[in-house]
Amino acid sequence: MKRLLLVAFSLLCIGFLPSPVGAVLPDEVLPDPVLEARAREISQELRCVVCQNQSIDDSNADLARDMRVLVRDRLVAGDTNDQVKEYLVARYGNFVLLRPPVQTDTLLLWLGPVLFLFAAFTGFAFYLRNAKEEIINAPRPLSSGEEALLKRVKENAI
Amino acid sequence: MKFSVFSPLLIMLGIGAGFAISLSNDPHTLPSALIDQPLPEFDLPPIRTEDVGFSRADLEGQVALVNVFASWCVACRIEHPTLMRLSREKRIPVYGVDWKDKREDGAAWLLAFGDPYELVGEDQNSKLAIELGVTGAPETYVIDKTGRIRYKQIGPITEDVWNDTIEPLVIALEKEVTP
Repeated sequence: MKRLLLVAFSLLCIGFLPSPVGAVLPDEVLPDPVLEARAREISQELRCVVCQNQSIDDSNADLARDMRVLVRDRLVAGDTNDQVKEYLVARYGNFVLLRPPVQTDTLLLWLGPVLFLFAAFTGFAFYLRNAKEEIINAPRPLSSGEEALLKRVKENAI
Repeated sequence: MKFSVFSPLLIMLGIGAGFAISLSNDPHTLPSALIDQPLPEFDLPPIRTEDVGFSRADLEGQVALVNVFASWCVACRIEHPTLMRLSREKRIPVYGVDWKDKREDGAAWLLAFGDPYELVGEDQNSKLAIELGVTGAPETYVIDKTGRIRYKQIGPITEDVWNDTIEPLVIALEKEVTP
């Protein structure tokens, strides 16, 4: 029983691992393992323009397959990784890159999280300062003399 | 003190405005990186035995439409009557790229619905499609007299698209004098 559970657990773990093969079909794989590894690396950074939120390495779309083949063709022809990406960016724009490049029109995108964090900290600092002032300005408790005076006043009132 | 009372409302308005802008922005219409770029060299094989195929040289010196279609493409049927009309009225030469399609399927499609194209070539492995930055069919490129891409229509050319967007551009391009 214990062993069965162990096997089931292992299988479950395998299921959650990222698939090492993506959507690459056997007939696309290059004979040279070094080039193939580079092709896989590039493919994981290129967006499938049909499905839009998958890399071409993950996508089963026909166009993604053709783009994978093209990436490999260009590597075989002697392109560097950057040249392959530039080739596709020239045709599809920066949208084809899953990781947008840092440039003037994407600056807000990259700095956005830092700005939000800064705004949150500033807001929190103001909040703390207000809270401190409220504590300072809070009415102080009555002294024992005042306490006794209050008691007397109340008793007289009855 | 007054500001803090209204700040949730202001934040909500800000978020609302952000969503309104994002939602009205269709992510499927990608801007073309190739506007004003020269069309790449290509020489596509024919889909029918009596055809000669379609190459870049065929476009030389004229304003033309290059239409990416396929027999599997449903939206292509929407624009087909418009393309047929343009061809019948000899308004503008239309060239066809049968994309990721079996030759016989593309040929049968043209036989069934009519053939609006001057020339048709097939692009089975997306060689030309990727050169053009095609993301789906139908897509249509307006080519000027010097062979540059001047406009990319993503999705079908309906009569409205033709009248409002493409024809005014075509008229302007036809007036351009080539050096």
